[in-house]
Order: sequence, then structure tokens, then C-alpha cells
Amino acid sequence: MSTEPTFYEILRRQGITRRKFLKFCSLTAASLGLAPEFAGTIAHALETKPRVPVIWLHGLECTCCTESFIRSGHPLAADVILSMISLDYDDTLMAAAGYQAEEILEQTIAKHDGNYILACEGNPPLNEEGMYCIQAGRPYVEKLRRMAAHSKAIIAWGTCASWGCVQAAKPNPTRATPIHKVVTDKPVIKVPGCPPIAEVMTGVITYILTFDRLPELDRLGRPKMFYGRRLHDKCYRRAHFDAGQFVERFDDEGARKGYCLYKMGCKGPTTHNACSTMEWNGGLSWPVKSGHGCLGCAEEDFWDRGSFYTPTTNLNVPGGVEVTADQVGKVIAGAAAAGVAAHATVSVVSRLVRGGKGRDEGGSSNE
Amino acid sequence: MSSPTIPQAVYVFEAPVRLWHWVHTFSFLTLAATGYLIAHPLPSIGGEASDHFLMGNLRLIHFVAAWFFAVGFAVRIYWALVGNRYAREIFYLPVWRGAWWKGLFHEMAYYLFLTREQPPFLGHNPLAQTAMFFLNTLMTLFMIATGFALYSEGLGPGSWADRAFGWVLPLVGGGEATQNWHELGMWIMLAFAIIHIYMAVRADIFGRQSSVSAMIGGWRSFRR
Ligand code: HEM
Ligand code: HEM
Ligand code: SF4
Ligand code: SF4
Repeated sequence: MSTEPTFYEILRRQGITRRKFLKFCSLTAASLGLAPEFAGTIAHALETKPRVPVIWLHGLECTCCTESFIRSGHPLAADVILSMISLDYDDTLMAAAGYQAEEILEQTIAKHDGNYILACEGNPPLNEEGMYCIQAGRPYVEKLRRMAAHSKAIIAWGTCASWGCVQAAKPNPTRATPIHKVVTDKPVIKVPGCPPIAEVMTGVITYILTFDRLPELDRLGRPKMFYGRRLHDKCYRRAHFDAGQFVERFDDEGARKGYCLYKMGCKGPTTHNACSTMEWNGGLSWPVKSGHGCLGCAEEDFWDRGSFYTPTTNLNVPGGVEVTADQVGKVIAGAAAAGVAAHATVSVVSRLVRGGKGRDEGGSSNE
Repeated sequence: MSSPTIPQAVYVFEAPVRLWHWVHTFSFLTLAATGYLIAHPLPSIGGEASDHFLMGNLRLIHFVAAWFFAVGFAVRIYWALVGNRYAREIFYLPVWRGAWWKGLFHEMAYYLFLTREQPPFLGHNPLAQTAMFFLNTLMTLFMIATGFALYSEGLGPGSWADRAFGWVLPLVGGGEATQNWHELGMWIMLAFAIIHIYMAVRADIFGRQSSVSAMIGGWRSFRR
């Protein structure tokens, strides 16, 4: 069959022992929420399947996804995965540069047409024909389109690639655009978060590489195993939410006691991510555990909703008007009440003026 | 249907419509009160978390009232199909009828004190009908759709609520946007309720046809 080396051969070449390799397989099975026997399945797949090349592109972004990825909590995972996907092309991590680097892209297309995974970090700006992000003398969007056309599937790393993120904030002068709106003819797996959790990233990529299929996605194209539930559903402070015990100020008694951060604007009730279960930095902590609400960084438009510190946020009505439901609502309901009061007054006064003969006159029926 | 002689009383609101009206009223008021307290929780309480369930209970009441609200409306829609002609009025606007537009402008003039003449309407007057269609019928559907979509987030992916209403979330712009618009919907319906209750009571005092009693007993009676 293929002359490509298997994952396992590559791992051994990188000096990873069999014992370490098997440990990695069970670790991955666990993080994917699979039963223990799947460790064997993963090991078998990695031993027999030829390695799938991964091309990692960078558009408009801050590189926090890469930073998160290479700091994968378990050093083993980082080791294994970095050698496993080998990152045939990654602007930030590869040794090659210049023409040599760009060569790799063409070689990959020639050798693995329709078979490689395209991992996109950041997004392309579309205004001025893409001139706001130039790589190797060409607009990034052209490179993205070309590499996407020959790929098998695309991973959109982080909130930039998935939703646009801060570079797409209103009024979005460069028209930074998430991947799924540029590449519409290939499956795009969104792995949002700013950045996504390292173990989520390694989990998604291992799943695709070992099982040779995409993980089950939700309606928005996010892997269900990591983005199925809201933080709020698995938050260890949820008991305080249900009890009605809230932090009201960051220096109050409730903050010291670890009450719920809802009133401080925690977006856990509307944010789909794995922070409250997997936590960050190898399970060390996550925002709520450190006493600060979730900003909702894995959700669309989280950057454009006004304050991070209030439970109700901007409605984002078209036209860029920044108002909350409370502001609009109080005006509407207040106007209704004032109108009723004024109308009642005029009704009574006009009745008095008419000297008690108050009832309205009839007219021909309209029915 | 212009009848020169107006009968003394007409049976307008059938029992299911009346029953629904009051279920709708009380479930709406419950939903608005608990919903407001979900968006703006009461001051924090102390003690052990295991001793309290304040937010939990508010949400529970919200969801129980939501079921009355939603099932009630489903029954009301059914009754629009099988009930009398007045039972259909809040579900459509007869914009193709010239007389309806005439009535609408006349009612506007009446409420702006430009005329004291008020022709009788057996069902709703066109102005009330317009307000009810947009601010109650459509808003009720909107509140049920966004409410159950938010509910599906709690039940989780694959749940019945997710399959039936989950699609609403991305349409509105995600969970946070849905929550915000759900709350704005409350304010809009509240504004309608304020004006509506005023109009109903006012009609009994100043108008020539019975109002609140019609929604209790079903019969619309005419004075003079
Ligand atoms: C006219 C009817 C209704 C009104 C006035 C109303 C009002 C509200 C308000 C003001 C909120 C708070 C939103 C926020 O946090 O900003 C809310 C939340 C919610 N409502 Fe409603 N609602 C209504 C109907 C419904 C229905 C029919 C359902 C269906 C189950 C529903 C389910 C929910 C859910 C699940 C939440 C979120 C609760 C949470 O975050 O814990 N609502 N509602
Ligand atoms: C105590 C409070 C209320 C009173 C006294 C009241 C009274 C009435 C009356 C008298 C009517 C008949 C109108 C007519 O003669 O044309 C009516 C109809 C109606 N009311 Fe109310 N109402 C109250 C609260 C509400 C609330 C809170 C809502 C909505 C959230 C509401 C929604 C409606 C609707 C939709 C109709 C049309 C019924 C139909 O034709 O099926 N009402 N109400
Ligand atoms: S801290 Fe945030 S995620 Fe946790 S229970 Fe409170 S609102 Fe929900
Ligand atoms: S807690 Fe919220 S803001 Fe923080 S990383 Fe997780 S999803 Fe993003």
C-alpha cells in the first residue's frame, strides 16, 4: 500500500518509547470521553495507519492558539502530537523559511491531494482584495482558498477562525471573516475559544487522525464532546447560583466564599466550552475558579456585546446602536405607563367638562 | 356585516377563549416577574448553599408557568380553528377590507379625542385587533420559541427541546443574544399589557359596550 510511515513508526523515530506511547493512547481515550478499551483501538490505528499530513496556516490572529497547543498540559501529549502531526507546514513552528517553506505547500498538494488536514488559525481579511494580510507576497485569502480546495477537512482553530474575534469587531475595517464563510465546500470543524484549551485541541486532532473521520459535530459545527454543554451546567459554583448566593463586588464576602459570579457578568450560562470540566493548564484552574466570570470567549460576537461585567448585554441591533434590553424595555414600558396616565387624565377631564354626561356617543356599526 | 339594529347582548367570547385569556394573563405575569428576577437576581443570601434554592425555585416557577403559557396558546390556536368567528380575530388582520381600515382610523381618532363617536364592534375593534396581533400573538410565539430554545440549553444536545427549538439559538445569534431578545420581548409584552388593561377598564367606564365582564361571562352587552 502506501509507502508513508505510520504514526507509530514516526513516534518511535522521535525517541518515544512504547510504554509512553500506550500511556498516551489511554490518556487520549479518556479525554475524548471514550471507554477504556478504546485505548487499544487508538493504539492499533496509530500503529497501522499511514500518517496524515497536517498543514497549519496562520491568518489574522494573535497566535494564542499555537501558544495554547504547544503548552498542552500533559508533556507527553505535546510530544506525541507534535511528532504525530509533524506540522509539515506551520509558520510559527517549522524550521523551513522563505521559498523552501512555501515549496512544502505545493509538495503537499502534489503528494496528498484531497488527503491532508488543513488547520487554520486566524482568519482572512477580505477588504481591498485581502491586502491586510500578505504572506509570501500574496494575500492570505488566496493561499487559504488554494490549500482548502485540495484538503480533506478543515479545522478552524480558535474564535478567530470560527467566529472572527476581535479583528472582526465592529466596524470590522479589514472585513476579517471566519473560515466557514470563505470555504463553503469542505467540512469545517470549529474549535472556538480564545484560545481553545490545549487538551481540546489535541483531543480533536487525535480523534480525526486515529479514527479517520470527523468527531460528531453540533448544529454550529463544534465537536459535541467538548462543546455540547454550557460551562454553567458543569460549574462547581452552580449550587450557589441555584441557592441565590452571588458575588456582588469583587472584594465582598461572597467573593471570598466563592459564590456564583453571575451578577459580575459571568457568561457561563450561555457559553459552550470545556473549561468547567477540563480546566486550564493541565487541570490547574479556570477563570471562575480564580474568581472571575467567564467572558464567553468561545461564543460568536462575544467581543461586541458591551460590558463583560453585567448579566444583560447589548442587543446588537442593526445600525450599531448599543443598547441593552433593559434600556429599551424601560423606555417602552415607561412610555406605555405615562401614555396611559396622560390618557386617563384627559378622559376624566373631558368628562367633567362635559358635565357628567360622560358616555361616548354611538355611531353606525362597522361590523 | 352592518346591522342597523344592534342587539342587546351577543355571545362573543366562548368559554375556551375566556379560560385561555386568564391562563394567559396569569402565566404571563408570573413569567415576567420570575424572568425579571432571573435577569436581575435578588440580593445575595448567606448561609450554606444546600439550605437555599431561591434561584432554582424562581426558574422552576418560570418553567411551570411557561408550560401553562405554551400549552394554553396551543389550545387557543386549536380553538381559533373550531370556535366562532371572534375566536379567529387575534390571528389575522383583514387588511383587504376597506371597512376594516376605516374602523382602524376611526378608533385612532377616538383615542386621540378627535371624536367621541364610537361605533360598536362585536369582537375587537380594529385598533385593538392590530395591537393584539403584533404585540400579543406574534410576541407570544416569539417568547415560546426563544424560551424553549434557552430551555434546550439546560436539557442539553439531543434533548427533545434541542431538536424542536435548538435551531432558534443560531438564528437569533447565540444563547446570549437569545436571552437578551427574550428579555426585550418581556418588556414589549408588558407595555402591551399596561395599555391593554387600561383600555379594557376604560371601555367599561366610558364606552358603550361591556368589556371586562365580556371576558368573564362571554356576553358583550350594549348600553343605551
Ligand atoms: C411572556 C412570556 C415570558 C416572559 C415575559 C419571560 C421572561 C424571561 C426573562 C426576563 C428572562 C431572563 C432573561 C435574561 O437572563 O436576560 C427569562 C429567562 C428564561 N426563560 Fe422566559 N419568559 C417567558 C416565556 C418563557 C417560555 C415560554 C419559556 C420556555 C420554557 C421560557 C424559558 C426561559 C429560560 C430557559 C430562561 C433562562 C433561565 C436561566 O438563564 O436560568 N420563558 N425569561
Ligand atoms: C387584569 C388584567 C386584564 C384584564 C382586565 C383584561 C381584559 C380583557 C378584555 C376585557 C378583553 C376583551 C377585549 C375586547 O373587548 O375587545 C381582553 C382580551 C384580550 N386580552 Fe386581556 N386583560 C387583562 C390582561 C391581559 C394580559 C396580561 C394579556 C397578555 C399578556 C392579555 C391579552 C389579551 C388578548 C390576547 C385578548 C384577546 C382575546 C381573544 O380575542 O382571544 N390580557 N382582555
Ligand atoms: S459562576 Fe458562572 S458558570 Fe458558574 S454557576 Fe455562576 S453563572 Fe454559572
Ligand atoms: S471561562 Fe469563558 S472566557 Fe474563559 S476561557 Fe473558558 S469560555 Fe473563554
